[in-house]
Amino acid sequence: MQPKKITNTMMKKRFRLSEFLAEKLITATAFMSFTFIVLIFIFVFRETLPIFSAPDEIAATEELGEQETYGNIVLTDAERAVEEKQNKSIAAEEGVTAKNLAGDRWQPISGKPKYGLLPLIIGSLKVSLIAVLLAAPIGILAALFTAAFAPKWAKEALKPMIEILAGFPSVVIGFFALVVLATFIQDFFGLEYRLNAFVGGVALSLAVIPIIFTISEDAISAVPKSLTEASLALGATKWQTALKVVLPAATPGIFASVILGVGRAFGETMIVLMATGNAALTSADPFEPVRTMSATIGAEMAEVVFGETHYNVLFLIGSILFLFTFTLNAIAEIFVRQRLMKKFSGN
Amino acid sequence: MTITKRKILGTIAYTVPAFFALVIVAIVLFVMTYIVIGGWDSLTMDFLLGSPEEGMTKGGIFPAIFGTFLLVVIMSLAGVPVGTFTAIYLSEYASQKSILARLIRFAVNTLAGVPAIVFGLFGLGFFIQFVGAGVDKTLYNDGMLHWGQPNILWASLTMALLTLPVVIVAVEEAIKTVPRELREASLALGATKWQTIRKVVIPNSITGMLTGGILAVSRGAGEVAPILFTGAAYFLPHLPSGLSDQFMELGYHIYIMATQSPDVEATRGIQYATTLVLLLLTFALNFSAIFLRYRLRKRIIT
Repeated sequence: MQPKKITNTMMKKRFRLSEFLAEKLITATAFMSFTFIVLIFIFVFRETLPIFSAPDEIAATEELGEQETYGNIVLTDAERAVEEKQNKSIAAEEGVTAKNLAGDRWQPISGKPKYGLLPLIIGSLKVSLIAVLLAAPIGILAALFTAAFAPKWAKEALKPMIEILAGFPSVVIGFFALVVLATFIQDFFGLEYRLNAFVGGVALSLAVIPIIFTISEDAISAVPKSLTEASLALGATKWQTALKVVLPAATPGIFASVILGVGRAFGETMIVLMATGNAALTSADPFEPVRTMSATIGAEMAEVVFGETHYNVLFLIGSILFLFTFTLNAIAEIFVRQRLMKKFSGN
Repeated sequence: MTITKRKILGTIAYTVPAFFALVIVAIVLFVMTYIVIGGWDSLTMDFLLGSPEEGMTKGGIFPAIFGTFLLVVIMSLAGVPVGTFTAIYLSEYASQKSILARLIRFAVNTLAGVPAIVFGLFGLGFFIQFVGAGVDKTLYNDGMLHWGQPNILWASLTMALLTLPVVIVAVEEAIKTVPRELREASLALGATKWQTIRKVVIPNSITGMLTGGILAVSRGAGEVAPILFTGAAYFLPHLPSGLSDQFMELGYHIYIMATQSPDVEATRGIQYATTLVLLLLTFALNFSAIFLRYRLRKRIIT
């Protein structure tokens, strides 16, 4: 910060109230964005706490049927307090045990609710895997083309296309997948289910491609000219340079782009909600419907009773999503920062 | 390696990436064409300005357009000032080594990576269940829900949070394009730091701030996941009349019409047309942002 130094050293600073207030106000506002992250952590995790405070050993009871009677009734304060207590005791009786959560059935609305997260986790992984397997080659190779081979006009035509693709609202992609893509894929492969993990994965790849492309392209363009020039000077052709010098040098950035792509795929809601069929199955078949974690929250949160176990479990799913994407982002950041620095600083 | 082998490999190494680049272009054009063709016939003035009729099988989408508009306006009013100030702090006040600046940068990066649906959960857990319910308890205390339920204010604030990183990144980029000489000249003339920011830095980066705002609006208009349970309504017979009302929204309307309406096939035309409207809206916004940024970059070169 050069200007600051000049003011500090060249003249004596006089206290000005407006200066002081402006700086403090701006700093405080900036600090808010940090506060929000903390608040997100607190308030998403807070709603999952009742699950963990419930005693482990008591299994689900038959009384559960009665629980759903109070829905949209307006309650007085006293009644609400009673209701909260009841909810708590029911939650306790239900005992969302670790065993229940680790189960392979997701049946939250039934006499004996089952909150097995396994099918949802499998669903999310399956769809994300398909999406990234499709998007990574397309995104990386297109980025390589743009950064290393493309003539200027092609570059200028391609970049707005990517921006357009990145600007597609996810609900539009979801709609397209639901109406057009699903029918096409069903006819093409002769499938039993119109909406399935594969359709969701293909649609999701449309949302992941721009991320992988943009970050890979940045990484490839950031490879120092000296490296490519050295390679070309040694007699290597343009493509040899691209494949054997540029691409390896850009690997950490490309890797980071794929990780961020996985994060995006994992957290995306509307596309998978509309295109995957939303059946909580545990199978490895990519052509069967799946229910992902994010889609489960999106589909069920509007209908649950606040404070109920189901509600808390949905927040638990959200926390898992949050932690997972958070970790992925952190890994990607480390990769981009440290590895690139090391590689290019020459030692 | 023989010359021919090298040539063949070279051709492959060149064509395959070029092909994939072409695939992306093809995808974009295909999706766009399909939606334009599907929705063009239903896209009339009556459709844009009318209300849904007969259980949403006929009529227009004006309430959804209005709701989206209201959502992005409130969102911008809340998010753009915070984002701009944060960007000013990061680029003008903070030294790169300060812990606070690094914390904030880390927070912004994290915020950008949080899935949209988690913002929705936060909106529900914080704005509705904590702030809203708290306000109800202290101000009204009559057992009725006033603010402790989904409404347009909470949805907009949730969306503001989601678009905050977009604003911050765009504004910071814009501020970076203001040459240091300008700042130094201003400071050398005796202007204070805040005066310099107000009279030199902000006017010179106003285009970039506008870009940030537009990109945020485009993002906010397109996201549905955060408002699924923080304020969007399936169908409302009237427009929202206050901040504590629910609202209809374009993206949510598409989702509902395509998946939950009783006769999905009969309303395909409406679905396509609504999708087309949303697509055109985000395009218009994105293109103006791209255009502004292009002008900004040109200024750096000259």
